[in-house]
Amino acid sequence: MPTATLLQALNQTLHAEMERDDRVVVLGEDVGKVGGVFRVTEGLQDKFGEERVIDTPLAENGIIGAAIGMALYGLRPIPEIQFVDFIYPAFDQIVSELAKFRYRSGGQYPAPVVVRSPYGGGIKGGHYHSQSPEALFVHTAGLQVVIPSTPADAKGLLTSAIRGEDPVIFLEPKRLYRTLKGEVPAGEHVVPIGRARVVAEGDDVTLIAYGAMMQECLDAAERAGKEGVGVELLDLRTLMPFDWETILASVTKTGRVVIVHEAPRTCGFGAEIAAMIAERAILHLEAPIRRVAGLDTPFPYTLEKLYMPDVPRVLEAVRETAAF
Amino acid sequence: MTADLLQILRADGSIDGADAPVIDSGELQRLYRVMVLQRAFDKRALNLQRQGRIGFYVSAMGQEAAQVGSAYATREEDWIFPAYRELGAALVRGVPLQWIVAQLYGNENDRGAGRQMPNHYGFRSHNVVTASSPVGTQIPLAVGAAWAAKIRGDPVVTMVYFGDGATSTGEFHVGMNFAGVFRTPTVFFCQNNQWAISVPRERQTACETLAMKADAYGFEGVRVDGNDLLAVYKAAQSAVDKAREGGGPTLIEAVTYRMGGHSTADDPRRYREDREVSEWGERDPLVRLRRYLEGRELWSEGDEAQAQDEAARSIEGMIQEEEEAGPPAIETIVSDVFAQVPWHLREQLEEVRRRQEKRRAPGVGLIEKPEGSFP
Repeated sequence: MPTATLLQALNQTLHAEMERDDRVVVLGEDVGKVGGVFRVTEGLQDKFGEERVIDTPLAENGIIGAAIGMALYGLRPIPEIQFVDFIYPAFDQIVSELAKFRYRSGGQYPAPVVVRSPYGGGIKGGHYHSQSPEALFVHTAGLQVVIPSTPADAKGLLTSAIRGEDPVIFLEPKRLYRTLKGEVPAGEHVVPIGRARVVAEGDDVTLIAYGAMMQECLDAAERAGKEGVGVELLDLRTLMPFDWETILASVTKTGRVVIVHEAPRTCGFGAEIAAMIAERAILHLEAPIRRVAGLDTPFPYTLEKLYMPDVPRVLEAVRETAAF
Repeated sequence: MTADLLQILRADGSIDGADAPVIDSGELQRLYRVMVLQRAFDKRALNLQRQGRIGFYVSAMGQEAAQVGSAYATREEDWIFPAYRELGAALVRGVPLQWIVAQLYGNENDRGAGRQMPNHYGFRSHNVVTASSPVGTQIPLAVGAAWAAKIRGDPVVTMVYFGDGATSTGEFHVGMNFAGVFRTPTVFFCQNNQWAISVPRERQTACETLAMKADAYGFEGVRVDGNDLLAVYKAAQSAVDKAREGGGPTLIEAVTYRMGGHSTADDPRRYREDREVSEWGERDPLVRLRRYLEGRELWSEGDEAQAQDEAARSIEGMIQEEEEAGPPAIETIVSDVFAQVPWHLREQLEEVRRRQEKRRAPGVGLIEKPEGSFP
C-alpha cells in the first residue's frame, strides 16, 4: 500500500475529487498560486485553472458567504480558512446561513459546503494559530464536524465530506500535516461520516480521542499495555454525528473511560460524551469518567506544553482510572 | 453621478423628461395590480397580527414600486435573494400569494415546513431564495450564486435586496468587494427606506448617498426614485442586462420610505414625526403609477374598484383556507437538519412523540401552534 503524509493525502484527495466532479471548486486566501500556506491545495490551480481554484480577497465572511451561494446554486465549494483561529469573522455565515439553510427552507436549499481548516496546538502558534474550536460547531445544529487523525482517514473522510449532501466543518490536525506518515489505500477509499474507529482493543480502560491527540493516546496506550493495563482506544473521527454505539459497546466492556482533547475542558466535546455515558451507561461504570483536556484559558505561547495534554498526562489518567 | 436621482414619473403621473422604459400596456396593468394586491395584503396581514391570528408581520407599504419594478427586470432563471420585506418581488416573480399566507401561518402547506417566523420565505421553484433575519448575510450569498453561474457559463443574474441599515454591515462590504474583484453578475438592490427600525439613514453612514459606495468597489452605483416604478424598472433593467452581458455588478439605491413600522413589534411614533410620514405619503408609489395609467387611459375608476375588490376577495379565501390547515407533521421538526436524519435526532423525535402522546390525555392539550406573541 502506498504511504503518504496527512498533508499529501489531503492534497491527493482534492486532486482526485476535482478531477471526478467539475462542480468542485476550491477558494480561500492563498490557496491558488502558492497552494495554501501549508500547501494542502498545491498544484490544484495549475491543473484546474483559476476559475475553480480561487485566490480570494482577505475576508473569511466573504469566503464562506460566497461558498454558500455557490453551493445553493449547485457547485461543491471547498473553502479553506487558513487557520481555524481566523474563522470567527465567518461565524455568522456558518451559524446563521450555512447550518440552517436546508432546514429553514423546508429542504428546498441544501448547502453542501466543506469548510476545510487546520486546527490545534503544539506548533508554537500562540493564541491565533493553535485553537481547537470544534465544540462551537458541534453545538450548531446542521453542521457535520469531522476530524481525521491519519492519512488514510484524511483521504476517506474528505472524500465522504465532498461527496455528501451536508455542510461539513473539516478540521485538519496541522501538527500532523508533515510529521505523520501512513499507508493510504490507492484508488477509491471512502470512510463514512459518523463512524468511530477502534484503534486498539483492550479490556480495562476505554480511551476516547480524535485528531492530533490520537498520537499521544497511541503512545500512552502502548505504555499502559506494558504496565498490564489493556486500553481500548477509540478514534471518534466524526464529532457530529458521533458514533455512540461504538462508545457504548466499549464502555460496556471496560466500565472505565478517559476522554482526551486539546480543546478547553469546560463544555468541550468530552463533556458531551461524559454526559451521554452518565445518562445511558452509568451502571456499567467502575470508575469516575476522566477528562484530559486543554485549560480554560486562551491558548498560551511559551507555556503551550503545559496546556496541551501529553503522554504523561494521558497515561496518568489511564493508570488512575484503571486502579480506581 | 451617484448623487443624481433617476426619476421618470412626476407626482401627477406625467413623464418627466427622461425616456420612459418600454413596457407593454398589459404588463403595466399587471404590475399595478401586483402593487394593489401587495398593499391590500400588507394591510390585511397587519390586522391578522393585531387580532392574534398570526404571530408577526413585516409590511412593505410605500416600497411596492421599488420591489415590483426591480424584480420585474429579472428573468425566471435569475435568482432573487430577498431580505424579509420583499413581498412585491416574490409576487412579480409569480409566487402564488397563497404560499405566502401558508408561510405566515407556518402550517402544513408552508414550503418552509413552518420553521421560520412570518416573512422568512423562499421558493426554489421561482428562484426566490429563503430569507433569514440577520441583516446583510444574504449579500455575499448572492455574489457566490452569481459567481457559480458565471463559472458554469449560465446566463444567470442574481439580484439581492437589502436596506439602508445593511450597508453598515461587514457582509455588505465583503459582498460588494468580492463582486467587484470577480465581476460577478450581481445586482445589489438597496431599498433606502430611511429607517433601520428607529435609526435614521444619517446614522448609518456619513456618505451623501448610499449609491456612491459603489465607487469604492470599482463598479457603478446608481440612485433612483424608489417610488417611481418606471425609473426603478429602467435602472434595474439596465443593471441586469449589463450583468448578463458580462459587465459585472451594479449597486442601485432606491430612495423610498417605510410607511409603517419596522414590524408589528415596532411603534414608529416613538422616533419619527407624523409630518415626515405624511410628506412621504404624498409620494405614494401606487397613486403615482395609477395616475400615469389613467393618463394613458389604461386604467379607470371601475378598474380600480374591481382590482381592489378582487384583491380583497382572493385574500380572504386564502386566509380562510390556510387558517384551517393543520400544523406541519411532527417529524418535520427533525427532518432537513441534515440530508438524512441521524441517530440522535431520530431519538429526539421519539421523545417529542412520547411527550405529545402524554398530552393527549384529557385536559392537557397538544402543543401544535405557536403560542404567545412576538416579541
